[in-house]
Amino acid sequence: MTGESLYPVLEPLLAQIQKPIQYVGGELNSQVKPWEDVAVHWALMYPDAYEVGLPNQGLMILYEVLNERPDALAERTYAVWPDLAALMRENAVPQFTVDGHRAVRDFDVLGVSFATELGYTNLLEALDLAGIPILAEDRDETHPVVLAGGHAAFNPEPVSDFVDCAVLGDGEQVVGDITDVVKAWKAQGRPGGRVELLARLARVEGVYVPRFYAVSYGPDGAIAAVTRTRDDVPVRVSKRTVMDLDEWPYPKTPLVPLAESVHERMSVEIFRGCTRGCRFCQAGMITRPVRERTITGIGSMVEQGLKATGYEEVGLLSLSSADHSEIGQLAKELADRYEGTNTSLSLPSTRVDAFNVTLANELSRNGRRSGLTFAPEGGSERIRRVINKTVSKEDLVRTVTTAYANGWRQVKLYFMCGLPTETDEDVLEIADLAVEVIKAGREASGSKDIRCTVSIGGFVPKPHTPFQWAGQASADTIDHRLRVLRQKINEDRRIGRSIGLRYHDGKPGVIEGLLSRGDRRVGRVIERVWREGGKFDGWSEHFSFDRWTTAAAEELAPFGVDLDWFTTRERTEHEVLPWDHLDSGLDKEFLWDDWQDALSEEEVADCRWTPCYDCGVCPTMGTEIQIGPTGRSLLPLTVV
Amino acid sequence: MARQPDGPPPPPTVQKLRIRYAKRGRLRFASHRDLARTLERALRRAQVPMAFSAGFSPHPKISYLGAAPTGAASEAEYVEIGVAERCDPEALRLALDAALPPDVAVLEVVEAGEGTGSLADRIDTSVWRVELPGVVLADLAPAVEKFLASDAVTVAKRTKNGLKDVDARAAVVGASAAEEAGCAILHMVVRQVTPAVRPDDVLAALAAVADLRPPLPPRAVREAQGRLDDTGTVADPLGPDRAVRTRCQGEHAAV
Repeated sequence: MTGESLYPVLEPLLAQIQKPIQYVGGELNSQVKPWEDVAVHWALMYPDAYEVGLPNQGLMILYEVLNERPDALAERTYAVWPDLAALMRENAVPQFTVDGHRAVRDFDVLGVSFATELGYTNLLEALDLAGIPILAEDRDETHPVVLAGGHAAFNPEPVSDFVDCAVLGDGEQVVGDITDVVKAWKAQGRPGGRVELLARLARVEGVYVPRFYAVSYGPDGAIAAVTRTRDDVPVRVSKRTVMDLDEWPYPKTPLVPLAESVHERMSVEIFRGCTRGCRFCQAGMITRPVRERTITGIGSMVEQGLKATGYEEVGLLSLSSADHSEIGQLAKELADRYEGTNTSLSLPSTRVDAFNVTLANELSRNGRRSGLTFAPEGGSERIRRVINKTVSKEDLVRTVTTAYANGWRQVKLYFMCGLPTETDEDVLEIADLAVEVIKAGREASGSKDIRCTVSIGGFVPKPHTPFQWAGQASADTIDHRLRVLRQKINEDRRIGRSIGLRYHDGKPGVIEGLLSRGDRRVGRVIERVWREGGKFDGWSEHFSFDRWTTAAAEELAPFGVDLDWFTTRERTEHEVLPWDHLDSGLDKEFLWDDWQDALSEEEVADCRWTPCYDCGVCPTMGTEIQIGPTGRSLLPLTVV
Repeated sequence: MARQPDGPPPPPTVQKLRIRYAKRGRLRFASHRDLARTLERALRRAQVPMAFSAGFSPHPKISYLGAAPTGAASEAEYVEIGVAERCDPEALRLALDAALPPDVAVLEVVEAGEGTGSLADRIDTSVWRVELPGVVLADLAPAVEKFLASDAVTVAKRTKNGLKDVDARAAVVGASAAEEAGCAILHMVVRQVTPAVRPDDVLAALAAVADLRPPLPPRAVREAQGRLDDTGTVADPLGPDRAVRTRCQGEHAAV
């Protein structure tokens, strides 16, 4: 008998650990379906702590979509903290789902969503706790199919030893196709065992099965070729794209945890994809084209979601929310609708222009104006042309000043460090900018009680972007630039005390870089690090740079490559990249030309408002841009 | 000049309601903060017309009284809310109970009686029942006896500032051992002092005086809270409010 609840054996352990609430399930809008009623059982994992994983929209969407099927069930599992993991090993309690407390090993499919590559060691930890062999080749037909999704799955090569499949692109429809395949194979008595199941899955559009592709390497250490080993699987695997977001209004009933999570609000995705063309941004490249949800579709999701959750804040989510074709009207009409209800609306603001301030003012009409966030990303106008996020210094200062003048007390500015072609001077301009912002802000607001927080992350080149060929800046370079920046900001204390600087050292970024652009040889490094105790690599208190560098040096040496080869080395035009056989729709030629344009500081416009610049996505994928305006509007609600 | 919220101030509190609820089952692992968040969201879903504080970030008027520790269940948790429109206490109880997770039960809602004083003043003692799986009465009874015979039993308690020595004995007004279905049960009445003496601390004290070490994690349930009177009885903290209501109803009936 499988699918039994492990709660009775888990409960005594919960009394001995920190934050036991994260393991008990029972969140509002969670569900537990009877095991025997369905043909296909999915365990969905977010490979990080519960407080980070629970609010993840992708997982919530798939959880609902799958549970709506009468022939499937889906339950959730998260990375277990080391305190409970130790007790579980001691007491032989396996990795479990938080919904039914069922053993993950009992499920047919374990789907893992990778938002970041730093979750890879947590995958190995979960597999091991679950009693599932960590190497895909050691599994038989009694083990779940281990499937990776999320943005990192666009280069799953570093984890190809551990996962059975990777799914590229939007998950809503492909999870149904996978369910159908697994259901049919089980109903037929599992013909051909695990290999046959995987071969059938490999023929589902968007599903990549690494074991059916062989990689060979040349004398220089680079990949010579990637070739399929069976002729019934595709030469290149294409991503999935969901068209018409209004047909997919998920999550309809978002999960509400009892425990505290990183996002104490409900989110509604207002569009998917982005064509701003920021060259560093993997999300903007791999999720094309832009598909908007309509204003009325958004209005009903907000309304239904608030009723179902009791949240007091709604975030209007997307990669660049101010770019929705009906955003002005949407902000006004939602603000009208929820005026006087103590419901607040927020927009993750990234673009730097005055319109964003207007929107934020509307959404905070009668609420506190505490902080507003802008993301210029690059410190100098020159580097902003390189990354294609063009905004002049004057516009930036004017926008931020407008924010202070409108009563916003704190402005956060996001930047990156270590961008291609960057020099110390580019980064030092961040200090000039922050100083000007504070001076102008003090004048505009008539108050010294304003702050500007500069938040800087180290840039990590990602697959399927124009920067996929770039040499990554070393940790030393990043640390040096952050040091000189800090010194410069602190030069004038009268201004500097109003400027906060938030940053991380460059080391985790280097490992993220290895895992992002790595190939199959990196798998050994991941396994070694995990065996030596590595997990929760996204958490500074758990991350060990030395463990990673030692493992990388020793495990990669037999192949004649090293950490630098994967990170700081600039690639040449015709090098076979580990993800070349995975099709995000973008033409490699377009990406190369865009990379060359970046180096010569040439910008490219957004194809929503200018002619198509042939990135390749729409014709390759048979998709199109879907934007409004629809001309519709939100009616006031009689009962809120 | 700092921005001020536009429009009139929020409507005032017209009625105070006192709520007794239970946390059971899996939700014994919920912390005070977890329950507070859950309760606030449930009040919104149940469309309770909460009164709010003024200012840019209005907060619903809710006062929490000392919560049972994470890991302990309770049949007697108390909270007081202020509403901006009068509510029928029983209708509110049903609506709120339906909006909360199944493991949180709203047991009673009463209107705060005029002139009966604050709820916090009516609570200074907890009544605990602790199940000790794997322990038999023959082991527990002498341990409790030894504990009660001690003047003070110092145990190390984990606090925000590290380990701290606390006397677990003085706060315990009474304790007794029993057995149900082969499982020893510790009943005790404990004063709410600062720093708090919790069931875990008393169990640590039993380990210290009699080397009683349960093989499995014990399960504590707070059965009641209230004010300890001279006779050693813990009075129901909602009693005075109920008395006022009964009197009012009586007067109405007379009209």
